[in-house]
Amino acid sequence: MGAPVRSYFDDCAHCLKFTAMRLRAILRLRLRSLFSGARADRELDEELQYHLDRQIEEYLAGGMTPAEARRAAMGSLAGLQLRREECREMRGVNPIDHALKDLAFALRQLRKNPGFAFTAVFVLALGICASLAIFAFVDAALIKPLPYRDPARLVDLFETNAHLERMNLSYPDYLDWKQRNRVFRSFDVYQQNPFLLTAPDGAQPARGARVSTGFFQTLGVAPVLGRDFHPGEDAPSAPRVVILSYAVWQTQYGARRDVLGQAVTLDGFPHLVVGVLPRGFHFASVGHADFWTPMQPTRPCDANRACHSIYGVARLADGLSPHAALANLTIIATDLQKQYPDSNRDREAALLPLDQLITGDIHPMLMVLLGGAGLLLLISTVNVGGLVLLRSEHRQREIAVRTALGASSGRLIAQFATEALALAAGGSALGLALASGAIRLLQKLVPQTFRDGLPFLDDLGVNGHIAMAAAAIAVLAAILLSLPPCLGIWSSDLRKGLAEASRGSAGTAWRRLGSHLVVLELATAMVLLVGAGLLSQSLYHLMRVDLGIVPDHLLTVEVAAPRTVYSTAPKVIALSRRIESEVEALPGVRSVGLVVNGVPVTGNGNTTWFHIPGRPWHGEHYDAPERDVRPGYFSTLGARLLRGRDFNAADTPTSPQVAIVNRAFARTYFPNEDAVGKQIVEHTGSGVTIPIVGVVDDVREGSLDAVIPPVLYFPFDQRIDHEFSLVVRASGGEQGLLPAIGAAIRKIDAGIVSRDRMTMIDRIRDSQSAYMHRSLAWLVGGFAAVALLLSVVGLYGVVAYSVSRRNREIGIRTALGASTAAIYRMILGDAGRLIAIAAIAGFAASIAVAGLLRGLLFGVRSWDIPTLTIVAGLLSLAALLASLIPARRAAAVDPVESLRAE
Amino acid sequence: MSKPTDLVQGTLDLLILRMLALEPMHGWAIAQRIHQMSGEVLQVGQSALYPCLHKLEQNGWMRSEWAASENNRRAKYYTLTKAGRTALDREVAQWERLSGAISMIVRTA
Repeated sequence: MGAPVRSYFDDCAHCLKFTAMRLRAILRLRLRSLFSGARADRELDEELQYHLDRQIEEYLAGGMTPAEARRAAMGSLAGLQLRREECREMRGVNPIDHALKDLAFALRQLRKNPGFAFTAVFVLALGICASLAIFAFVDAALIKPLPYRDPARLVDLFETNAHLERMNLSYPDYLDWKQRNRVFRSFDVYQQNPFLLTAPDGAQPARGARVSTGFFQTLGVAPVLGRDFHPGEDAPSAPRVVILSYAVWQTQYGARRDVLGQAVTLDGFPHLVVGVLPRGFHFASVGHADFWTPMQPTRPCDANRACHSIYGVARLADGLSPHAALANLTIIATDLQKQYPDSNRDREAALLPLDQLITGDIHPMLMVLLGGAGLLLLISTVNVGGLVLLRSEHRQREIAVRTALGASSGRLIAQFATEALALAAGGSALGLALASGAIRLLQKLVPQTFRDGLPFLDDLGVNGHIAMAAAAIAVLAAILLSLPPCLGIWSSDLRKGLAEASRGSAGTAWRRLGSHLVVLELATAMVLLVGAGLLSQSLYHLMRVDLGIVPDHLLTVEVAAPRTVYSTAPKVIALSRRIESEVEALPGVRSVGLVVNGVPVTGNGNTTWFHIPGRPWHGEHYDAPERDVRPGYFSTLGARLLRGRDFNAADTPTSPQVAIVNRAFARTYFPNEDAVGKQIVEHTGSGVTIPIVGVVDDVREGSLDAVIPPVLYFPFDQRIDHEFSLVVRASGGEQGLLPAIGAAIRKIDAGIVSRDRMTMIDRIRDSQSAYMHRSLAWLVGGFAAVALLLSVVGLYGVVAYSVSRRNREIGIRTALGASTAAIYRMILGDAGRLIAIAAIAGFAASIAVAGLLRGLLFGVRSWDIPTLTIVAGLLSLAALLASLIPARRAAAVDPVESLRAE
Repeated sequence: MSKPTDLVQGTLDLLILRMLALEPMHGWAIAQRIHQMSGEVLQVGQSALYPCLHKLEQNGWMRSEWAASENNRRAKYYTLTKAGRTALDREVAQWERLSGAISMIVRTA
């Protein structure tokens, strides 16, 4: 029984060895024909020659004359060249050999015409650079997953009401949500929290966050050094611990492992370092946080259900959609509303997938930029396509000759495809190189304040994704660029190509294709121009929006005083007065104002709830941002007091409470009435009625493009806080004043921190809305300018080419008496037709595309007829001017010369 | 590109392999031998012969070397390899099946 089995294996082993040998032989032969192709060809020639000689000998032996024998033998070896080619094909060298030959030929062709090659590669590189640079941002923000485990299952939790989309939770609400929900695997909370860090040379501001102990586990992130928080470390009496960010561990603690166990003094309390977070970890919702502490509910706010200060983050239970989770939360929130009407009225639960929360703001902006860059890429490719078309038209004869000599159309197409690929690869490589610089430049242009919310933009650069995108663009561009000559080969009539000397009726099909390309370019350029027009108008309106203040020579500083030292209201008031007067005494300072909850333009601070006594009230409440200010705040800002009075020295902690409202408040709640003298009742307070003593004109408290909400201002002395901002009116030279202010504050008490020292102009410039509008306007504007240039040059090329081909026709017309004006009319009429078609197509496309921009526009509508008209006019004018140059050349054609030249 | 039509597709492979089974020979000799052995019926055009030779060599069925020919010139000699012999057996078997089948149809029709 064993024998047949063994023989089978023998056979098999034998046949394997045999196959291997054969494969080796085949490989050797292929390599030989590839690398010593010349020798193989020589041998083939010799072999064929031998055959020929023997044939001749035989014919001679048969009695033919030498000449006859030779002719007969040659005849029987019909098409020697073709035989050779066939033998070569049989040798199997073709795919690789042809590709290399094609490449060499393509490079030679391009070198012969460096102007063309350089222009084509450069124009392609422009479009590719723009696309790749924008794509790098899109990749970092939207494609790369967040650095957490299974980030798609994470949701951000918050509360919402009819007025505000995203509101904090309160700590008691969090406990209820956490305990009652049936939809989350884990549920934690976080809160951005600036700390005062005690350093050898006084207090320093430190960026940090408070989180519940399961926070990092919910995200699926483990410390690289030390441990995560233990459950229970968020109990009020637990020892204080802190986890460091990787960056701060590297820079401030020398990346030493013995940092574990060291104490760091935050807000006056020593905290034990227990862990270090991994490099690359970020949580954009708290900005750049370096010190992470467990949220011990020891602050007054943490015990108050009406004090909302935290956000939630949760991991969905398996198989549950965010939608289903929200349904469960809504039930809980409704129960809480019934249970605690005072604090929870109208507060609905809301959630958002975490990635949407983090990148939601820049998503539309990035999409618009990517779209713009894509259109630019389209134009640059089409532009180069036009150049290639022109060139292949010039090479009609070459194509015809090569076809006659036996080149198959497949070989010709491969040849042109190789040329296209060489151009596209060159453009892509140059584009990639330019893009890496452009990415760094764009990255630098993102203001630091804005970047804190976008930590994923920190390590931007050329990576695998970008390189892959570059390769993909190169392949697509190569396909597009090889289309025109290939269409030409398929449609070209061989004999016509040969017969076609310089007389030119044959080029019409090519010219028509060229015209189509130019129309496409011009229409696309128009879309970009309209986009740029709308966005720059938005920027213009945004920068000229009435701020309600005078922003020049205005400085802002945030001040934080340690709670442990300034523990009573009189101490805080005394400190704030002292800071005000010290700063006011600095040379170059005209006046100083003080505000709690943020200076203008920075965003919404806390809000307060109130109702208006004497009005029918059914338990609903009004919600308005609250600002607590010192007398002199409004005058320092340059805000306009419309009615009533400013706060003054008589508004003391013990005097009756008073309020000032902004114009939006007066208009909303007291339309057609005088707000001064009216009263409000705050919900959080003791229920006292507070008279309104003044109306101040609207100050842009939030972002530049947001509607100004009704705002309530109260005297600082009646509602003190340890953190406040100073606004300083300078008489000039404010940049030098900023450090002086910091020094003056530090001199009062080294434990006080001043941070975010900025001029108001910088604050406005770096605000998110200004940055987004500015970069959109400039980038899309840049794209549009390049697009306009490329498409107009493209049109020039087509018209100039058409004129050069019609030289003879123009000569005849002139000879037959056509006037110069008639020639102009003819050429410009042709160009005008193209421009008109492009403008109409562009107009329609622009309206469609502008609709997509609607959400990003400010102070201008998406179908802004003046913009559309001006852009169409500008484009047509530029295009007509470009066609005027060849038209002049046509008008100057000398009939005698042009006819003799034939 | 024109393909040889004077022989049934694929039979040239068989003929060449069969000739080389006798002894190594060069292209010219292969053509001559086919001509003679077919009773001067089959004429192999050079245009078909050489591409075919190169293809068979590429297949690994034969190898070639330069050697002095009968008239003392350098000629390229083709030798059947082991794989070539296996291929020949297969081709012969297939040809016999095919030609038998065709003959059967031709005779009975």
